[in-house]
Amino acid sequence: MSKERIKISEDLYDIMPSDYQDLVKSATYGKEDRGWKDIGSSKELIEQHSLCAGCPESMAFRYILASLPNPEDTVMVGSTGCTSLVFPMVAVHNIHSLFGNQNAIASGLKRALSVRFPGRVKDVVVLAGDGATVDIGLDMTLQAWFRQEKFTTICFDNELYANTGGQESGLMQKGFVAKMAPVGKLFDKVRLPEIARESGCHYVVNCTVSKPSLVEKVIRNAVHIAREIGPTYLQLYTPCILEIGKNSMEGLQEMRDSEKPAERFAYKEYVSEPAKQLLAELAAKDKERKAAAKQLAGQA
Amino acid sequence: MSQYRVLPGPEHFLPPAAASMGIFLPNPGEAHINGVIVSEEKAYEEAARQFLMAKVPTIFPGPLVLWAWNEKAAKKATAIRHLYNTLKECVQPGQMAMLIPMPDYRPKYPKINPEVEINPNHPNLTIWHNKIDCCMFVGVHCHQANLSLKIIRGGTSCYTIAMCAQAGHEDAMLSFRDASVEKIMKLADTVKRLKGTVQPRQTSAKSGSSN
Repeated sequence: MSKERIKISEDLYDIMPSDYQDLVKSATYGKEDRGWKDIGSSKELIEQHSLCAGCPESMAFRYILASLPNPEDTVMVGSTGCTSLVFPMVAVHNIHSLFGNQNAIASGLKRALSVRFPGRVKDVVVLAGDGATVDIGLDMTLQAWFRQEKFTTICFDNELYANTGGQESGLMQKGFVAKMAPVGKLFDKVRLPEIARESGCHYVVNCTVSKPSLVEKVIRNAVHIAREIGPTYLQLYTPCILEIGKNSMEGLQEMRDSEKPAERFAYKEYVSEPAKQLLAELAAKDKERKAAAKQLAGQA
Repeated sequence: MSQYRVLPGPEHFLPPAAASMGIFLPNPGEAHINGVIVSEEKAYEEAARQFLMAKVPTIFPGPLVLWAWNEKAAKKATAIRHLYNTLKECVQPGQMAMLIPMPDYRPKYPKINPEVEINPNHPNLTIWHNKIDCCMFVGVHCHQANLSLKIIRGGTSCYTIAMCAQAGHEDAMLSFRDASVEKIMKLADTVKRLKGTVQPRQTSAKSGSSN
């Protein structure tokens, strides 16, 4: 797991566009403790993006890509939606699936990778919107969890179908009126985190992406637990500022408002017993590693 | 035998896959020119001639050679650089050899910078921008090469050459197969040998920039 695998041929180095040269020179592939703090001091794995100005989804993308523990050996599976506009600019292997099929694709992919690369850690991460995860793809989402498929499912919950103009989705809050849902949502927001827990997910988190350190923590936990134990699910609030009538600079505040204690995105976490044990082991190893590094630095 | 010939376009918006028109791939030791099977020797001569006639002869190296994922890839990259240097030496004033990479296949539309790269999903943008009238694909995965070659044939008048490491490309106007360092070097030698014997076109062929 290192940059050994992404070397540019020396004789053609000079003609490579600078973004590729930067990826090789200063991206954090192979860095053990990579995280959101690398943003600004190293090449990000997202070149640019085509989302709207101020879109919280773009923040989420940057934090997630900075936090994946093993990006060079990770395959992300996306679905139709705003996220699919971003994947072409992402320097992590990714597959675009038919709308709603993402968890079925990821199941096959994870199994194929285990057979093809038995000695190597290969992570699969599904990243899709609420329409793909909860409405159109709910069957595939749940079946993957029932089967205990070892990958992480991330839902970017913006509570409606954003890039088709604001239709009602299962994760929309009750009573919300959108451009293409003028009557207002008649039933409650689907409680997918609870459903995920009951369906066999070993780690479930419901939160916003207002705090990069929190996003980093939950992503790392989710990927490590999925790798070793079983399915994990993250539901991240990434409001569509256009569809809820906010301005570009108001996305962050919208997330902060929605994560207050009684609000619908107040931090919620479920960790199964085996997952708790794994996290404790990982924390102990991490502590040991940091102590050793400190000692080494002291000697130097 | 098919009457269809793989010729410089612009053919039309959705040109047929040459294979569906009865064009088939060469056997080992052979190549094809315009869909007609020929000896490899003849193909070297024709490819070199097309390069020397072109106003903007261009090589498009793909990910299989741009990235040093094994020793062979790095050696091919060296051979490609040699071919490009040879082309630069052999073209006449008014001609301009180019070497433009296709680093990966992500659809970068509409942000492609045609001056520095080519993308298989809209290769015509780079061809038009640089007025390229003869190009060679090398180190591009076959599926992406076929896609690009068809788009180029459909929308531009650029002459296309494929230096394919597998079985060749029907959709190129000229295709080698089983590309190796030796074959790339031999093409460079042929270009050198034909230097001065071929007159460059006076005008860009219906112009590579035609759209």
